[in-house]
Order: sequence, then structure tokens, then C-alpha cells
Amino acid sequence: MKQLEYVVLARRASQIMEELRKGARKPYSEVIDVSWGDPHRAGVKPLSFVRQVLAACLYPELVNSNKLPVDVRQRAQRLLGQCAGGSIGSYTATAGIAEIVHRVSEFITRRDGGAPSHPENIFISAGSQWALQNILKVLVNSKSSPKTGVLTPVPCHCTTTLSIMGLGAVVIPYYLSEEQGWELQVEELDRALESAKGVCNPVALYVINPGNPSGGKISPEQRTPKYIFVSKNMYHMVVFHAMLPVGHIQRRKSIQEVIRFVSEKKLFLLADEVYQGCVYGEKSEFISYKRVLAEMGPPLSDTVELASFHSASKGFMGECGMRGGYVELINLDPDVMKYIYKLFSKDSCAPVLGQIALDLMINPPQPGDPSYPLYNVETQNIRTMLVHNVKRAFEVVNSLPGFCCQPVEGGAFAFPRLHLPPKAIQKAKEVGLQPDTFYCIRLLEEAGVLISPGCEYGQKEGTHHIRFCIMTSEVMMEELLRRLTCFHTQFMKDFS
Amino acid sequence: MAEIYSDLIPRVCVHLSVFFYVSGPESDIGGKRRAPDRTTTTTKIKKKKMSQQTVNGVPSRGKVLTLDNMNPNVKRVEYAVRGPIVQRAVQIEKELKEGVKKPFSEVIKANIGDAHAMGQKPITFLRQVLALCSYPELLEDNKFPEDAKKRAKRILQACGGHSIGAYSASQGIECVRQDVARYIEKRDGGISSNPDNIYLSTGASDAIVTMLKLLVCGEGRDRTGVMISIPQYPLYSAALADLGAVQVSYYLDEDKCWSLDVAELRRSLNAARQHCNPRVLCIINPGNPTGQVQSRQCIEDVIRFAKEEHLFLMADEVYQDNVYAEGCKFHSFKKVLFEMGPEYSSTVEMASFHSTSKCYMGECGFRGGYMEIINMDPEVKAQLTKLVSVRLCPPVPGQALLDLVVNPPQPDEPSYTTFMKERTVVLADLAEKARLTEQIFNKVPGITCNPVQGAMYTFPRITLSQKAIDKAKEEGQVPDMFYCMKLLEEEGICLVPGSGFGQREGTFHFRMTILPPTEKLKVVLHKISEFHLRFTQEFS
Repeated sequence: MKQLEYVVLARRASQIMEELRKGARKPYSEVIDVSWGDPHRAGVKPLSFVRQVLAACLYPELVNSNKLPVDVRQRAQRLLGQCAGGSIGSYTATAGIAEIVHRVSEFITRRDGGAPSHPENIFISAGSQWALQNILKVLVNSKSSPKTGVLTPVPCHCTTTLSIMGLGAVVIPYYLSEEQGWELQVEELDRALESAKGVCNPVALYVINPGNPSGGKISPEQRTPKYIFVSKNMYHMVVFHAMLPVGHIQRRKSIQEVIRFVSEKKLFLLADEVYQGCVYGEKSEFISYKRVLAEMGPPLSDTVELASFHSASKGFMGECGMRGGYVELINLDPDVMKYIYKLFSKDSCAPVLGQIALDLMINPPQPGDPSYPLYNVETQNIRTMLVHNVKRAFEVVNSLPGFCCQPVEGGAFAFPRLHLPPKAIQKAKEVGLQPDTFYCIRLLEEAGVLISPGCEYGQKEGTHHIRFCIMTSEVMMEELLRRLTCFHTQFMKDFS
Repeated sequence: MAEIYSDLIPRVCVHLSVFFYVSGPESDIGGKRRAPDRTTTTTKIKKKKMSQQTVNGVPSRGKVLTLDNMNPNVKRVEYAVRGPIVQRAVQIEKELKEGVKKPFSEVIKANIGDAHAMGQKPITFLRQVLALCSYPELLEDNKFPEDAKKRAKRILQACGGHSIGAYSASQGIECVRQDVARYIEKRDGGISSNPDNIYLSTGASDAIVTMLKLLVCGEGRDRTGVMISIPQYPLYSAALADLGAVQVSYYLDEDKCWSLDVAELRRSLNAARQHCNPRVLCIINPGNPTGQVQSRQCIEDVIRFAKEEHLFLMADEVYQDNVYAEGCKFHSFKKVLFEMGPEYSSTVEMASFHSTSKCYMGECGFRGGYMEIINMDPEVKAQLTKLVSVRLCPPVPGQALLDLVVNPPQPDEPSYTTFMKERTVVLADLAEKARLTEQIFNKVPGITCNPVQGAMYTFPRITLSQKAIDKAKEEGQVPDMFYCMKLLEEEGICLVPGSGFGQREGTFHFRMTILPPTEKLKVVLHKISEFHLRFTQEFS
């Protein structure tokens, strides 16, 4: 019962917080919650520029006040002009505010080295998961026999697997190779597809790049973390390898193999690329599936059907609460597109603030703009903080007995493997919990740290992991690692 | 209670321990309803495409996703309020911008209940608090009233990392749910409401779809039937199509001001039992698109009927503050249910929906809403909690807005006077426009219009001549679509044809919002009246 593992933990965490508020004595004064990919929750500050524009859109009196920088006010005014009735309280077109959709397509073209992108293929939604569900809905025929199958990575965040199953489809797991830094291997895709024979009818391959809880191909030498920024460009930022929750980034060659694979096997490709703004690995650079596909040329580039997802929740901005995401659809049958439009229209429109957050993410202040210096300092600080966190988490976790952590190249999580002593596994069985959930519950009770167990994401039989967010403030990361170290040392002693 | 859900739990249940994650019991549909065989479909398409296109001499492969093999339910989804007429309206706007000459200078979109788009100003207090939440540095600004700052601080305190940019719990921020529960208690004269039963959502639509998803199951004659009114709000028919549920229509009585009659419910239910398993009854009160407000007696009758027939009640109450007609009053289903005594209040299962998009706020763009569930089996509730978690969480600014709506400024607070003034003006204007609409339309021969007792729409009946009907047929359109398209082309006014909501065979209607500013509304009403006369003459 995958989802329920986390629900148990989350419920207990809020009870503990309530107890603390009521003055209960614990070895800690507050609970650190790093179970979500949620930077703001973990102490990362929102970007001033983004919040200033949102505030001015919300309360247009601010457009005329000198409290905010002039470019902020101009931006807000322009955005308000693009909303019906000049208010962000009105509905927008189904796919989103037309001008924003247009700018998303320009962003994609820029990102992909000129590969064309068309606004009519883009739908903005209340977060990328929402768009993913709509596309899955079109793909999955719940009445079909055999059932529709979707190749899905393990590990994978559980919302997607739940969505797939909720639609009445079958999840066909393919395992990322932990030993190879959570790399996606085409042989494994072959095996997975073969295993589906007679069980279901596979129609789609779901890939996550950069990986959500995992990563890509890295040679052993590369695994020593180095901390170099190669590029300043926020969207192609190269940082370094560190821990994983599968912070793996796919290389061009691997993407090409996947594209060839889906073409040959007649699969629809679903590329979850929401972590494209979070790339840390040295020599790691995010390349989109769309770009690789375009560059592979015909016939592949005009046949392979691709849905690529992105979001305002990740990257440096981390505005998860706004719920802004989009999907770009490539090579879809125009007749099918009509129905996809209808499906999105049923949801009315994405929250307008989410749409605006998305717009600000892809069009940040430029050098010369009044807001640029502050924006630059803030994003640099976040970058530095991430570098610090990734390095520290990698060092500390790997120094603990029983832990082994792959380098994190991208994404927002570390996903270290945990070798639990047999006594701990035995104890977990006695209390009716998965071993890693047992570990997480103890960590929560004793050290006030909320993380999620590997069993939530799927893992190879007999292996155990934990996942935690690395997009936290430095202070919080240090505190988290201190608590984890103390707890783990005691835990291993107790169960040795 | 358990019996309603017994077949539902395994569907949403997740079996992770097995190698293949299969959801739900294996269906025994057999060969009859099988989807088109994939191999033959692709071969067929391949053949077609091969003759059509080759790239560098290499035949391109057919599409993986085609009309033949896509989810057949999706094909049945129609959402009239954003349908072809609206797409044409957008196109005309573009043409106007490009300088194309038309008999009008702007398109008036009276197709959708979008208050701000029609020029209604946001309520100052709501936006002040949200701006403060967005950019807390403004808390230092003395231009913002103290009570707005107090609310903002309280909301931020409840957010992860004190930011509205953090995810909230999937069910919604705890303190907002508490405020919602208190608001409901106050609204319903003290009947208790439990925050655990409140689920915040991405607009009311999201909550409605989620509830239906939870309720719909079974195959063949056992497939869930969902009773909806005709005319109805097309979200319902679209969601039912999408879920593959059976739509069970009951008709509202146009001659009695679109009232609901239990005898008609019973007729519809009995007819449906021949071919499906009706388990849900949806009520929209105040009505959309019909604008009727149900009497207390009527609500009681409906509740009694739901109990007798063992139906789950879904009460769409998003227009609860929009009641205009003399002698009409909004009664919540929950309040009536509890006043009917424990025999009902402890057994009838119900969900009630509300939203930040309507009433005096009209903040559609925030996608804020909630549902309250009553008497739901705890195990099913656990499944519901899981189901909502798939969407991660509703937009946090929408949750914050909802908090302000359910907990507005109090008489002793500095923003109270302005807030009440703004609120009263909006609602009084709407009441005036409701009256005006009925009055003007009813003067036109061939248009008959029920009083707009509540909500934001009028749904007048139009008489179309046989000649007009034949002409529409010739154009491949249903008659009221033909009418509305012509109106759009000639006058630049965008309405939704009645066929998008459902109507009795042989009758024709359209839906129009009463939201344009009064002066503009008068112009719109006159233009439609003139158009109608012209249209009648042309096809006489």
C-alpha cells in the first residue's frame, strides 16, 4: 500500500508538530520536513522579482506605487493587460493566456537551439501532473482487454504510478540501474516490454529526466564530487554530481536510444522534464527530448509522438503552491488534438497566478533591468546553497555505516541506499511496516526529521532507500544532517 | 452505506507488492466491448499513411495514438461553454484586431460566468491580503490596513516555510479547512461541521469530478448511473462521459420556473434502473443555467427521495450568495438534512460544493473551492484522500482566497466598511441586472424568460420557425447553435446554445450571463431582441 506509507508518516508528523505547539518535551523543538520536493517549505526564500510581480498583479494599486522596481511594475501592467478585464481573477483561454503560451513556445525554441515550437501544441495546466493525467487519460482505454500498459521507471514518484493505476492501466516497471548512477538502460526497457507480453498492451513509455528520485551514467571516477559551475545559464546549468534520489541526467546518446526504442516499438513517449532547471552534475547538461528528437531528423522527428512536461514548481523558483505547469505535444494526430483540447477545456483553465509564475520563470530579468542585480544575487545564492547541500549530504551520508549514496546530478532529491541490519528488518516485520518506513518513523519520532521511505517510489526487492529534498537552506541541511547522523548512529547500535 | 462502496474500494486501491501494478478487478467484458485490436488498427493506419507520406523514400510509421485506439470515453466529452462558438468568438476578436470590418467593434462574451472579464472590480480586502502573502515585505507598508496584515500573517504562518509557494497538504491547509468548517456552522445556524470532512480543491469543478470518480464503477447494467438535471451545467455531462458513467436525465419544469419535481425524479430513476445502477443524484442550487432557487420544501423532498432510493447526493451550491428574487432564500442541503432529524442526518451520504469563482468575489482565475462530505464511510474517505493526493495540492493562493471568503472582515475591523460596501454593490447590481434581463426579454415576441431568481444566468426559450430549423439542418448545425452563431457573426455577442445544456426535445434556448455592466447589459439585451426579430422575419 504504497501511498499509505507516506500518509502514516505525514499524519504522525503533524501530530508531533501539534504536540510541540502544546509544549510537549522532545529532543527537538521543531520538525524538519524534507519529504517533499518543496524548496520554500525547506527554508529556501522565494525570488523577490517573482513575488513582486505577483503582488502587483494581485493588487494593481502597487503598479503605481514607487515601492516596487519599475521593471516589476511594467511587467505586471503588461500581464494585467493580457488578462480579460485586466484582472487575474478572470478565466483564461483553455490552454492559458495566449501571450504566455506564445512566450512558452519561444522559450522552448530558445532552449532547444532553434528547434521550432508551436503555441497551438502547448497547454498550460494546474501543475505538470495535471497535464500528465490528461494525456494519460487519452492514452489509456480502461475498457480494453488486455489493459493498457505504461512503461514506468523504478524508482518513480508515486503520484504518477497512482495516476496510471487510477485510470485503469497497468504499470510496467523498468528499473533504473543504481550501480550506474541510476542510468536508464535500453536493454532493461526491452526486458520490461517483453515481460508485459500477455499481460497488457503497452502504449507509452514514461521517462523522467533529470530523474526524480534518481540519475544517469557516471563512471566511478566521476563519482567523486566536484563542484564547478560551467554555465551561468539557469536552464543549462552544470553543477556537479552529488547524492541522489535519482538525480540522474540523461546523456544525448541515451536519449537517442530511447527515441529509437519507442519508434521501433510503437510507443508514445511521455517525457517528464520538470527538473530541467535543476542540474548540478559536472559534465551534466540538460538536453530536452524534443531537441534530440528534432536533431535526429526525419523520419523520426516527424513521427515519434512526444509529450514533454515542465513546471514552475522546480528550478530556482520553486513555486510549487502556485500550480503552474505545461505540456508540449509533438507529432500528435490533429484529430486527437481536438479531443485533448476538449479535455483541458473541461478544467476551465490553469490558476492564473501559476500561469504568471511560469511566465516569469522562463523570462527572468535580464542584465540591465533594474531587478536584475537582486535577481542575480538571489539565484547565485541558491546555486551556492545547492552546491553546498549536495556536497555535504553526499559526504555525510556516505560516511555513515550502512549508507551508500549515488552522486546527485540533478533533480531535487537525494535517494541514498540504506543497508539495514537484519535485526531492524525483523523488528519492522514485527510491527508490520516496510523496513525503510520503520526507519523513517523512528527518525521522525526520535529526531524530528520527516523524510520518505524508498518503498514509496519502488525499489529492487531487498533493497532499502530513503529520499530527502536537497533544495533546503544551508542551515536546515546542516541541522538535518546533524540529526540524521546522531539518530543513525544510535539506530545502528540498537539493532546491531 | 457500505454497499454503495463495496465495489469501489478495490478500484482505487493500490497493489504495490505485485510485479505488475494492476488496478482494479479484472473486468469480464468479453469480446463484445473490446477496444479495436491494436495490431490490425496500426496496420490499417500504416497502409493509409504509407500511401500518403514517405520521407526520403522511407515510409513513415503510423501514429501510436489515433482516433481509433484512443480512450473512447474522451470522444464523448463535450464542454459547451468553451465549445466551437467560443472558439469562433476568439477568432473574430483576432480578426477585429487585424482590422477586419465587422458590424460591431468588440465581441461581448456573455457565454461564461466570468465576472472580472466583464469589468467587475476585485474586492479590495481580498487582493490586499493576497498581495501581502505574495510579497511579505509589504507587511512593513503602512498603506495596508492592519486587519489585512493580520490575515496575511495568519495564512503565511499556516504555509510550509511561511510561503504560499510551498505545497500544502493535498486536502488543503489545515487552518483554512477549520475556517471553512466554522463558516459552514455559522451559515447553517450552528449545525456542526468537521474540518476533517472539508476538502479544498482547484475550483469546485475539480471537487465535483473527484467525487464522481470515486462513485462511478461497475460494468454493463451494473454501471453507475448519475442523475443530473436537464438543463444542466455541461461539466457534469462532460465528466460523466469521461468516466464512462451513465447519464440519467431528469427534467426541470420550465413552466414552473424551472422547479424540480420529485415525481419526475422518480420517473427518471425507474426508467434508468432498466439499464444501469443509479447511485448518485446531482442538484445545482441556485440553478445553472436556469437560475431557479429551490424552496426548503423541495430540498426536503429531494433528501427524502435520496434516502428512500439509496442515492448519494451531490449538492452544487456555488451560487449560494447569488439569490435575488423577492421571497427566495438559499437553504443549504446540509442544513435541511440536519433539521430533518437523525433518521436522515446520520444516514444520507452527501457532498456539498462551493467556490471562490462566483458570488460577490467572482475570482475565477484563482481556482479556489471546497467540498464538504457528510456521512461518508471512513474507508472510502481514506480512498478519497488518496485520490486527491494525485494532484498534489490545490493552488495555494486559491486556498488563501477561500480563507478570506469564509472569514471576511468583522464589524470591529478597519476593512469592514469598505468590504461590505463593495460586496453589497456587486450583489445589488446583479439583482438589478437579473430583473432587467427578465423584463426586457419577456417583451420580445418569441422569447420567453423565467425570472432569474439566483445564480448568474438567464436561460430564455426561443421560438424558431420550421424554416429556420430546416436552414440549420442544411448547414449541419443544431437549430440553437445556428441561431447563436448567426448572432455572434452579426452582433458580436457570444452566447451558449441551449443544446449544450440539454433541453426538452423540440424546444430551443440559449444561456446568457447577466454579468455585463448594467449599461452594457441593456445594449446587449436590446441587440439580442432586435436580432431575434430580424431572425424571425428572415425565416418566416
